[in-house]
Amino acid sequence: MSRHPAAQRDAGRFEPRLRARARYGVLFKAATLAATLVGVIVLAVLLVDTAVDGGSQLSGDFLRNSPSYLASRSGLRPALLGTVWMMVITAVVSFPLGVGTAIWLEEYAPDNRLRRFIQTNIANLAGVPSIVYGILGLAVFVRALSLGRSILAGGLTLALLILPVIIIASQEAIKAVPSSIRLGAYALGATRWETIRYHVLPLAMPGVLTGTILALSRAIGEAAPLLLIGALAFIDFAPRRLSDPFTAVPIQIYNWVSKPQAAFHELAAAAGIVLLVLLLGMNAVAILLRNRYSRDN
Amino acid sequence: MGRRSSSRAATGPAATADPWTPAVAGLARRHRHERLIGLVLLVFSSVSILTTFGIVAVLLLESSTFFGVVSIREFFTETRWSMVEQRFGILPLLTGSVVIAAGAALVALPLGLLAAIYLSEYAAPRVRKVLKPVLEILAGVPTVVYGYFALTFITPHIIRPLFPGADTYNALSASIVMGIMIIPLVSSLSEDAMTAVPRALREGAYALGATRFEVATRTVVPAALSGIIASFILAVSRAIGETMIVTIAAGAAPNLTLNPLRSVQTMTAYIAQVSQGEAPHGSLEYRTIFAVGLALFAVTLLMNIVSSIVLRRYREVYE
Repeated sequence: MSRHPAAQRDAGRFEPRLRARARYGVLFKAATLAATLVGVIVLAVLLVDTAVDGGSQLSGDFLRNSPSYLASRSGLRPALLGTVWMMVITAVVSFPLGVGTAIWLEEYAPDNRLRRFIQTNIANLAGVPSIVYGILGLAVFVRALSLGRSILAGGLTLALLILPVIIIASQEAIKAVPSSIRLGAYALGATRWETIRYHVLPLAMPGVLTGTILALSRAIGEAAPLLLIGALAFIDFAPRRLSDPFTAVPIQIYNWVSKPQAAFHELAAAAGIVLLVLLLGMNAVAILLRNRYSRDN
Repeated sequence: MGRRSSSRAATGPAATADPWTPAVAGLARRHRHERLIGLVLLVFSSVSILTTFGIVAVLLLESSTFFGVVSIREFFTETRWSMVEQRFGILPLLTGSVVIAAGAALVALPLGLLAAIYLSEYAAPRVRKVLKPVLEILAGVPTVVYGYFALTFITPHIIRPLFPGADTYNALSASIVMGIMIIPLVSSLSEDAMTAVPRALREGAYALGATRFEVATRTVVPAALSGIIASFILAVSRAIGETMIVTIAAGAAPNLTLNPLRSVQTMTAYIAQVSQGEAPHGSLEYRTIFAVGLALFAVTLLMNIVSSIVLRRYREVYE
């Protein structure tokens, strides 16, 4: 049993310290799990706190009434309608623009500098703070195009804000369509647009719609750009025209939080619940869409 | 990329099929149609370029008038920001943004990285399938709701009992809540980077006798470092650009202070505050929106660019 001299020397030095290392491992695993749970616990506390604060204010009247200087008579109706109007404008504008851009980038654009420039530009736009979009909306839509502090200006601003998100999601969905589908269509004599319209888009649609809904769910909670546009906190009528001044649920929440009285804070919490429920609904639809279509394919 | 070029190659025969045109019904019309659609889609794509151009043009044009009145030197060296005294030094606002973003980073970077390690290296697939979407909800909660939570829960129930001297509006509560908000940004991107580390690397480390902890911290994390750092920078950039949490919970006092228990004002909160006031269009106060907006845009753009450079240049490529 003669051992190599080097092995003999190292055997003296190397200490596996297996027990200590295993202990670090257990501690570290516990730390990573704890860190993960911190986020989950804070989320739970936030939801429970909001529900407890606002639950007592939630009622049919709360949804039907307009804001008032009396907390007990205040309601969310104009803000809720403002949010719905604005989401419709935002969706109608950003969906075709976003999907069209994604199609151009993925299916039409030659791989040249213009395409790379647009792609980089979209990635950068996705990182621009939302309040900067508000500044753009204020200068361009409210002032230069003279739309005023209107619901249309708000909707257009939010459309620009979520455009990069829709483009990136749609690109991913279009990329995921196998090229054999395209080749098959071309082989049968379809033009490029016919291939996209009848073969690529239908297959990409679940992904595109999921991305769009998630983007809209980002827009629905935004308050900062709307503050810049001049969404007013005190509007006691429902919007009738695109040029009407407006308020939105997040703006109303901000306004109520800013008041010193606790009664208004409860209203803010109640409106927060409404907003969270809206968001939850949109996310549920997105998840359903994704599951539904991924099973079918 | 391979797919792209193959699909383009496939259009070749269609283009050279022109001599047959009369034989195929409506081919000329279909080709006109084709060109028109290509043009329309190009116009759609140009909207995103126009948006960038619009942002830069608006910020530069409107703030150039401001910098005609207030020198750039004063803007960067003056230590007060006060409309009443006509002092326009960005330092208090910039410091406010940095203090709050730094606090948020102290919360989000360690928690997000540890969560990413747990999800990528430890969690059973079933646990991961539940925890990951739940964490991502954190990024979807509207910021006004976070602001409400910071002001009505974190400040009175957590911060005041620990630090009785804290202001009602303070940087700390906004920092903590904002840190929670950006956890998923760090954890998702870092986890993607770790998942991309090839199995062979992990197995090599195990073969050398490393424990799971050692594999995670000495093999996987260093291999994914570019993605992790890029996620850190992006998260901080998001924190600097966030508006509503700080507007609601951190206050509206442009104090030049590093004390997180005091009320501060960030660049974003200032812009939000002025836009709600009665600053007449064209007044100097109205112009400050654009000057501060330009500073905010420059800071966040710089961080986003650095983040993408880190991601590209220092990426370890495994194949």
